[in-house]
Amino acid sequence: MDIASAIFGFLYQIGDAAAFLVLASAGLAVVFGMMGVINMAHGEFIMFGAYGTAMAVRAGLPLPLAIAAGSLATGVIGVIIERLVICRLYGRPLDTIVATWGISLIFSQGTLILLGSSFPSAGTPLGSFTVGAYSYSWYRLILMLAAIVLLVGLWLLVNRTRFGILARATIQMPQMAEALGVKTRVVYSLTFGLGAALAGLTGGLYAPTMTMVPTMGSTFILEAFVTVVVGGADVFLGTAPAAGALGITKAIFTSWQGQLTGQIALLVAVILVIRLLPRGLSGWILKERS
Amino acid sequence: MSRLREFFSRINGPQTFGSGPRFWIPLGVLLLIAYVFPLFSDDYTIGNVAYFFTWLFMAAGLCLMWGYGGTLSFGQTAFFGIGGYTYGIVTLNFGADNGVTIYALVASVLLGAIVATLLGYFLFYGRINGVFLGIVTLAVSILLERFMAQTAGPQWRIGEARLNGFNGMNGMPALTIPWPGGDISLPAGAGFYYVILSILLIVYFGIRILVNSRFGNILVAIRENPQRAEMLGYDVRRFQLGAFVIGSALASLSGVFYTCWGQYITPSSMSLTSAALPIVWVAIGGRGDITASLLGALLTLAVFQTLTVNGAQYALIMMGVLLLVNVLTAPEGLILQLFRFRFKLSPRSQ
Repeated sequence: MDIASAIFGFLYQIGDAAAFLVLASAGLAVVFGMMGVINMAHGEFIMFGAYGTAMAVRAGLPLPLAIAAGSLATGVIGVIIERLVICRLYGRPLDTIVATWGISLIFSQGTLILLGSSFPSAGTPLGSFTVGAYSYSWYRLILMLAAIVLLVGLWLLVNRTRFGILARATIQMPQMAEALGVKTRVVYSLTFGLGAALAGLTGGLYAPTMTMVPTMGSTFILEAFVTVVVGGADVFLGTAPAAGALGITKAIFTSWQGQLTGQIALLVAVILVIRLLPRGLSGWILKERS
Repeated sequence: MSRLREFFSRINGPQTFGSGPRFWIPLGVLLLIAYVFPLFSDDYTIGNVAYFFTWLFMAAGLCLMWGYGGTLSFGQTAFFGIGGYTYGIVTLNFGADNGVTIYALVASVLLGAIVATLLGYFLFYGRINGVFLGIVTLAVSILLERFMAQTAGPQWRIGEARLNGFNGMNGMPALTIPWPGGDISLPAGAGFYYVILSILLIVYFGIRILVNSRFGNILVAIRENPQRAEMLGYDVRRFQLGAFVIGSALASLSGVFYTCWGQYITPSSMSLTSAALPIVWVAIGGRGDITASLLGALLTLAVFQTLTVNGAQYALIMMGVLLLVNVLTAPEGLILQLFRFRFKLSPRSQ
């Protein structure tokens, strides 16, 4: 019984860490994989999702609907940002980083000025259960489930819908897609909006578990970047396995020496991986396959 | 002798703006003003300008990496922190006598260069492209901040030096120059100002010579087209690593001077917001030219301080807006575009 509960505890930690990595990086990975854009304001989009969700909960919406609302609102903000700024910077990746960093400063500081340094949180629902000597949160299990549902949903969206086909066509050969009548500008806008909405979803999902502050996005940003760097350009072949592998790494080191050691181990793993597999896991998998 | 003349002739060249009297006379006047201004000013203003100068080394390093080498590093603040903390740890342990502060300065810059070499080896020899380089260096910076922030408590000490977690280290001695007949201590005043201005000038001319030399020309060739440079037989990785190490070492130098100036260093000097600042300075000035970068950095620092004094919370928003407007309307940088206008220069032929 003791061993079983210890194993459960460890699996729970791995699942928790991997779900966090998947959710934190999904929006960033979509935007980077499909558009080649690194969005430095990713953390602020997550923060918007969380704030939107908390506001909707306070307005009386049940939590799942509130999360959807927060996510949708963040997606709309994403589309607006793409139309105003990002669309002028395609083909200038470094400038895009600098510009989105500017946006990130404006958003986080603007939120601080408008809404103050803290915001009432929604409170973690569902309570907890015990296995062996420790108690675990039901909501964290829901988050793990959400990460899996998100990956499956994204896969279906990219591979089974018309939008997915048009988006993949645009990524592969923008000029050809445009010549065949695809409105690539709209596709880019929607893709960026999708990335923002996913970030918002993450914010909404984690909103009940976190302290709501304007800089809460920075909690996610390190893990998100690290996962995308290790994963490479493909969300399914890269981000998902990267999140799994890094989740295990992080869980081992966190349970051994604490939170910070977990993060340091994550970074060391990343630096080693990019030295060995410069194009990330997905680049390596694609090369092995061909 | 002719070698020496050739060496110094590289101060002007294809990679730097400005040559001839129309450039050097205004710059000379500017330098003259910088040298005589302490005679007519109060201690507070002198200290404040010296404070601006402490940051310029970091900006110069970023200009070399990003503007000339095309590799955007977000890790300048990490090396800034390494420099500052190393200086603090060494001087708190060994005091300021017998030229220890000078050794501490050299050790801090060396340590920065060594860490940069290690990190840069993994990055450049793994052929990390621009965007990923930025992210990994940023991650290093953030992690270093988080690490230093949790070093509160008496168990975190190196010799005599307590790391003090989020509050940072303080009480380091000022830069002290050993001198026959009594060491000269240089707290944040006119003496420190002259030392830092002189070192800044050496760095400025050094970088001008560097970028107009073979190294700089190859670096620019790599920025313009890495494949072509590689086909011509240059090891792209080696040159990018070189620029990264020099740039990071300059950031460490900034950290040392900053620590000397205020006699404290905190983990927040490595935070996400701090990491954005050097990018802002160099982007606004014009990353493609060292003179434009430094003038832009100085100007932005002064404007930013005025903004902070008059409305602290709006300053960061203004910074973001400035960055955005700059990227969208003057991607080459405001000062650099002004230079073009002033000197009626067409975009530099490359």
